[in-house]
Parts: sequence; structure tokens; C-alpha cells
Amino acid sequence: MNSTAFCDNTLTSGPTGHGFYPYEANGGTAVAIAGEDFCVVASDTRQSNGYLINARYSPKAFKMSDKAVLANSGFAADGNALVRRLGQRMQWYRHSHEKEMSITALAQLLSNTLYYKRFFPYYTQVLLGGIDENGVGVVFSFDPVGSYGSEICRAAGTAAALIQPFLDNQVELKNMQIGEKPRLSLDRALCIAKDAFTSATERDIYTGDYLEIYIIKGDGVTIENYPLKKD
Amino acid sequence: MDSFVNRFRGTTELWANEANMFDDFGPYDAVKEFSQPPVEFLKECTDEKSDSECRIKFEHGTTTLAFKFQGGIIVATDSRASAGSYIASQTVKKVIEINPYLLGTMAGGAADCQFWERELGRRCRNKERISVAAASKLLANMVYPYKGMGLSMGTMVTGWDKTGPNLFYVDSDGSRFKGDMFSVGSGSTFAYGVLDSGLDYELSTNDAIELSRRSIYHATYRDAASGGYVRIYHVKEQGWEFIGLFDVGNLHWEYNGL
Repeated sequence: MNSTAFCDNTLTSGPTGHGFYPYEANGGTAVAIAGEDFCVVASDTRQSNGYLINARYSPKAFKMSDKAVLANSGFAADGNALVRRLGQRMQWYRHSHEKEMSITALAQLLSNTLYYKRFFPYYTQVLLGGIDENGVGVVFSFDPVGSYGSEICRAAGTAAALIQPFLDNQVELKNMQIGEKPRLSLDRALCIAKDAFTSATERDIYTGDYLEIYIIKGDGVTIENYPLKKD
Repeated sequence: MDSFVNRFRGTTELWANEANMFDDFGPYDAVKEFSQPPVEFLKECTDEKSDSECRIKFEHGTTTLAFKFQGGIIVATDSRASAGSYIASQTVKKVIEINPYLLGTMAGGAADCQFWERELGRRCRNKERISVAAASKLLANMVYPYKGMGLSMGTMVTGWDKTGPNLFYVDSDGSRFKGDMFSVGSGSTFAYGVLDSGLDYELSTNDAIELSRRSIYHATYRDAASGGYVRIYHVKEQGWEFIGLFDVGNLHWEYNGL
């Protein structure tokens, strides 16, 4: 009888468990390169979920001030929430101190902001690039719970493992037995960033559509946009 | 009639359980369930063995060491951070400069060590210098309330106070030991091997530095999760001094001949 089948399945089994899945992996890649008096922060603009491309132009890099640009990859919703929260903290700082936050202060603030959510983290890998108090180019990279360090160049996101070795070789000239290692020019840094992304687009399904490059110099921030392959 | 009975046959067990549930009802407080951070859920999302698509990878794998000798304390670390099999960085600073006369080392979760040792530095601001024993206990007591919630730190707190050079091991499980020599991390067993065979309290400063460098080098050679550069500090009466950064790639040829 129908009713027997009904009670066997519902009354005797326990409560149905539904998992809590608050995270999503939206893919994307970001690169930051620090020069002597400049910084380049580049990221693609594709946003995906599994094999589905949600958006072709959904920027992951944001201008935080005239001397700092933040790029993130991981879960886009967490990344956007983090950027808005940080922007608000910078606004409060401006109102109470009548000056812009330095990038070193911003890096420490970002680290604490990430760690305060240690038990329910922002699922995002963050790069912070810009110019410090002395006019020198700097890059800070963060893990999802706020450990951070200063670096010369860094790739983050789904194509990080593809791009980072290229950067180590072309920017930092790692493992080359040469005496004085010259610092990079802005033109060379831009070429390397573009090449990194065209190549990553060929091999990483989560990277593509458009490349957005922020150039941070002593006199301000400029943005450049280039198309990447859309397949 | 049979169909009527069958309808309730499988349910008596459920009612029995329900009775037990009410027996235990007294101390149960639903609010408590929600006042805790979702630790179990976090474990699910960070467990490196779990198959979850979007899991958060924390940086792990380290070799750190510190030992006392006649000239003070030598602190040495490697500089690799790995997330799974990916080398996330080869230039990590695993020696944390808490203040000009206190050093901490970093093993386990990078953010946990960085955050809590910075907080320790803040709490040690005082007209009179805090003893290393007090500072290390401050750190141990700070992280102890979070026991079982997933913090991961194995740290050595070193410095020079009124009683002389001091070395403490503190971890997130709540352990805190005073000692003359410690090594922490996945490469610690290899470092201990070299350290035990060469350690002598009467070592000269240069020999002590060389012993620490060799110990970290051998740990990076056998432990895949350790590598990069050897970073060395010397703790003296006037405070700590940074000794240097040595590329493991170069050390290999130095120790093995060309």
C-alpha cells in the first residue's frame, strides 16, 4: 500500500541534512609587479563558476587611493565585500586624520580585517600594489586569513602556478649567475604582464576576456584595458 | 488493519530516541550552539584532504630552531611556504621581531603566528622591559581560549631580560616549556639530528651561527616542505641582531664541494 512506503521513508529516517556552502570559486588571476618608482597591478575580468562564465567584464582590481590598488581572486562576493569595507575604513581615516592612508598602513589594516574573520574567512587571495611613503613601488600579498609579506612580484588566483615561475624568471631573474641584477623598467613590466596573461588565457579556463592593467606612479593611477581571448 | 499497523511499525524506535532526547533536555541550551564560531564548517572548508572545490588552503611546512650558547641565543629558520604541493613563497619571514629585544618564530598557520605575535608586541609596551617568561606566558594565555578551534602555531619566544638569555616554546595546544634548545616544524627532526651532534654551550659565536645554518640546510635538503633561504638572528644583551640571509642553493655547493 502507498501509505506504508510513505511512512518507511519519512518517519523512520532522521532529519535530512543540508550542508552550508557559503563559498564559491569564481576563478580569475591577478598579477602585481613592483618597480623602483612604479607599480603595475594587472588582472583579467572573467568571472566563472565551474564551466559557466558568469560575466566577461567583472573587474577584480580596485583603486583604493592615488597610491594603492587592490586586486583579489577567489570568491567574488567576499572580495567585493572586503573592498567596500576597506574603502569605508579609509574614508573614516580621511575624516579623522585629514590625510590619505599610506599603503603600509593599509596593508596592516587589511591584514587585521582578514584575521578578524579567522573563523569564517573571506575566501579571497589579495594583492595590494602601489607606492609607499618614500615613493618606492611595493607589492603586498595576503592569504585568506591575513598573513602578509612584501614582495617584488606576485601572481595570485587560478593561473598563479602558471604565471609565478615566469615572473620569477623574467622579473626577479632568479637563479641567474649574474652580478648586479637590474631593476625593471615600466615598459618591460607592462610587456611581461601582458605576455603572462595571453599565455595564461591559453592554458587556464578561468582566465580570459579582458586584461585590466593599473599603473601606479608618483603622479597618480592610470588604467589600461586590453582584450584577451574569449573562448 | 494490517496496513494501519504497518504504518506505525517502524516508528517506535524513533519515539524511544525522542524520550532519551527529553531526558537530556535539562542542560541543553540552543543559544550555546550558535554562540560558537562554525568550527566544524571551517574545518570542512580548509581540510587539505577534503574534495571540496572551494577550500581555503593555508600555508604549512617549516623548519625553525633556536638554541642557547655562551654568547646568547641563535635563532634560525627556513623561508618556504607551501600550500599543498604548490610552493606559495620562498621568501617568508618566519622570524617575527616582536620588539627590539624579543623575537618570535613562526611555524604552523602563518596568519595565526603573525597576528598573535604582533598582538603580543602591543601588550608588551611598558616602561620596564617585560621578562621573556612573562611575555611567553602572555602569548600562551592569549591563544589558550581558542583551543580546539583550529588555531595552529608552534613558536619559540626568545630574548634577553634581567635573568639573562631566555628561550621558551609556546604552541596553540597550550604547551609552554622553558629550554636550552628547540626545533619546530615539519623539518625539525632533521634539524635536531645535526644540532644534537654539534651543539656545545662553549661554542664561539661564529661556530654557533654556522651550526644553525647547517642544521636548517640539512632540514631543507630532506624535508620537501622546507626550503628557500636560511634566515639567522643572534640574541644578545643589547637586543637581537640580524645576521643574514643565505640561499640554500648556494649552501648546497658550499657544503658538498664542487
